[in-house]
Amino acid sequence: MTEYIVLSAILFTIGCVGVLTRRNAIVVFMCVELMLNACNLAFVAFARQHGNLDGQITAFFVMVVAAAEVVIGLAIIMTIFRTRRSASVDDASLLKY
Amino acid sequence: MNLLSHSVLAAGLPMAEEGAHTPVVAPDMGAGGVFDLLWLVIALPVLGAVLLLGVAPFLPASLKAAADKHGHLVGTAMAALSFVLSLVLFVALLGRDAESRQVGQQLWTWFETGSLTVGMDLLYDQLAALFLLLITGVGSLIHVYAIGYMEHDPRRRRFFGYLNLFVAAMLTLILSANFVGLFLGWEGVGLASYLLIGFWQHKPSAAAAAKKAFVINRVGDIGLSLAIALMFATFGTTDFGAVSELAGEASQGTLNALGLLLLLGACGKSAQVPLQAWLLDAMEGPTPVSALIHAATMVTAGVYLVVRSNFIYELTPVAQTAVVIVATVTLLWGAILGCAKDDIKKALAGSTMSQIGYMMLAAGLGPVGYPFAIFHLLTHGFFKANMFLGAGSVMHGMNDDVDMRHYGALNKAMPVTFLTFAMGYLAIIGFPGFSGFWSKDKIIESALADNLVIGLLALLGAGITGFYMTRLMLMTFFGEKRWEADVHPHESPKVMTVPLIVLAALSVLGGALLLGDWIVTWLEPVTGVAEHHEPPLPAIVITLIITAVVALGVAAAWFLVGKREIPREAPQDVSFATRAARADLYGDAINDAVVVRPGAGLVGGLTTFDRVGVDGVVEGGSSAVGGLSTTMRRVQNGFVRSYALSLLGGALLVVLALLAVNLG
Repeated sequence: MTEYIVLSAILFTIGCVGVLTRRNAIVVFMCVELMLNACNLAFVAFARQHGNLDGQITAFFVMVVAAAEVVIGLAIIMTIFRTRRSASVDDASLLKY
Repeated sequence: MNLLSHSVLAAGLPMAEEGAHTPVVAPDMGAGGVFDLLWLVIALPVLGAVLLLGVAPFLPASLKAAADKHGHLVGTAMAALSFVLSLVLFVALLGRDAESRQVGQQLWTWFETGSLTVGMDLLYDQLAALFLLLITGVGSLIHVYAIGYMEHDPRRRRFFGYLNLFVAAMLTLILSANFVGLFLGWEGVGLASYLLIGFWQHKPSAAAAAKKAFVINRVGDIGLSLAIALMFATFGTTDFGAVSELAGEASQGTLNALGLLLLLGACGKSAQVPLQAWLLDAMEGPTPVSALIHAATMVTAGVYLVVRSNFIYELTPVAQTAVVIVATVTLLWGAILGCAKDDIKKALAGSTMSQIGYMMLAAGLGPVGYPFAIFHLLTHGFFKANMFLGAGSVMHGMNDDVDMRHYGALNKAMPVTFLTFAMGYLAIIGFPGFSGFWSKDKIIESALADNLVIGLLALLGAGITGFYMTRLMLMTFFGEKRWEADVHPHESPKVMTVPLIVLAALSVLGGALLLGDWIVTWLEPVTGVAEHHEPPLPAIVITLIITAVVALGVAAAWFLVGKREIPREAPQDVSFATRAARADLYGDAINDAVVVRPGAGLVGGLTTFDRVGVDGVVEGGSSAVGGLSTTMRRVQNGFVRSYALSLLGGALLVVLALLAVNLG
């Protein structure tokens, strides 16, 4: 049991660090997905431990939301890339104070 | 009995016994007959004012020209009709039994809210009857006189409208059966006096004088309105009848407060110290207005208020003492002013202040003085109206010059004015047999019987009256001619001299009211029966002393003014006393120092506090928030990763907090 949770925490941390450190929007996006799936892993593991389906249902919800998010997020990244020829998140920093 | 022991004694008596002396106002509401027309006495001048002020300006041009030309006749007719009606009412009142001479009329309910009802009720009793005759009688004569005096004024129609309004307001004041109605008339008088004093508003001095009169009167009105509010709170009503019945049950503190607040109101209207400063400036108005203010309306209202509220004053020796003190100060104050003024109208105004002081003094003495206060008020109404109109006649002949130093030897040029004025003069100084002799003599006698010091001061006032009135006579009608070459003094037209002659006759004969103590007996049901105080000396001796003191004053004037050359310009190297009197005994300076400047300082302080303190907090708060947000918005730097970092930090904080709560 503990192994699943530890793996989940490691995956989450990797995703988190990736979001914070990488500039490429696609990579950042993948890291976000990594974090989401780390959470899913934890949900499923806990569901197994408790012997009910709550966590598994939640994992499905997260997947649906993540899928929707990917559609919209990739569309935005595509549009930005077409106009700016760059997928760096630091370049898109005009919306500020 | 001196003042102190008087008040101590009265305060020591049980209230019920005290109250038993004071008659309760209980008018007969269903008198019928001519008394049903009571409202018409007020309605006639109101109609005049409405026609002249409200209707005439909106007429087509041709009719308006006719109204401008003949409007004064409407105004005069209304006043005269009102007088005729007052006369009829008076005769009808004489025809009733002595016990049933209080007649009331309920017109309509003025306003009603909760348990509080104020009716538009009228009360016609012995006191109101005398006032009605004075106001409408002298008022009508002044209207007639003004026809001549204002002949060349382009706004004569409006002037007569204001005069009608003035008379109507004063009649409302007198006839109302409750204090709220009285207050309505009181304010109406204030408004009309403002309009009339400032009638020649193109002169800045007249506009300023009107404003001054209005503002100082407001100070007094605060007293009256507070008194009315206190009556509502204490008695739940302001009807004279109910208040006179319930007054005995109120606490002494309430009664004292009521008496003093009413006195404040009376001080404002009657130009008593410390609210006297407006009266001399009010001379800026046309002379008929001055006559109206001083003789028939306005300044007599304060005396009326005190006499009418006798059921309150009888229960509060403190307020009575205050009335006596204020009155004594005023009668000397006014007399001193009269001695130094070179403006004939201002000298007369000083004398009015002084004479009203005598009336207030009598009114402060209680039932023994009330009838004499009213008696002096009536005789003063006659001779002061006479002299003011006479002064107007003199000014009319002297190209509106008011400086007595430019007069002299007018007795030949204006014989009728001179003779009628002389009647007024003899009456005011108290020449034996003339009306003022009887009324003033009675007041000084009562004052002496009550308190020696007050009595002697009143006696001194009589001497000063003799001095300043003689000075005025000598400077105006006797001595050398001091006019400019282009001034041609002439007698005024008949329309002005006839009222003078009538008033002069009244000044001479007014004392007849005292025949057989008629006025005392007549007013007894209103003011109460006086306990008899033995004066310190026999009455005839007091009369002789008063006459001697007056003669002394007259002689002093003869030697100081009559025998000397009068310079055309007022000499400047005069004693301190003269300078002080010329400056109205520094009345304005005192007002300035005591009220105006501290008031301005307070307002300045409050403004500064508002600007620095209140605004500082508000503006400081907003600029602090502004500064903070200027710094904080730097966080919003547009880099997604820094947002993600703060998101992470926030999430960590939440998790840590949850842990701390759950584990701690």
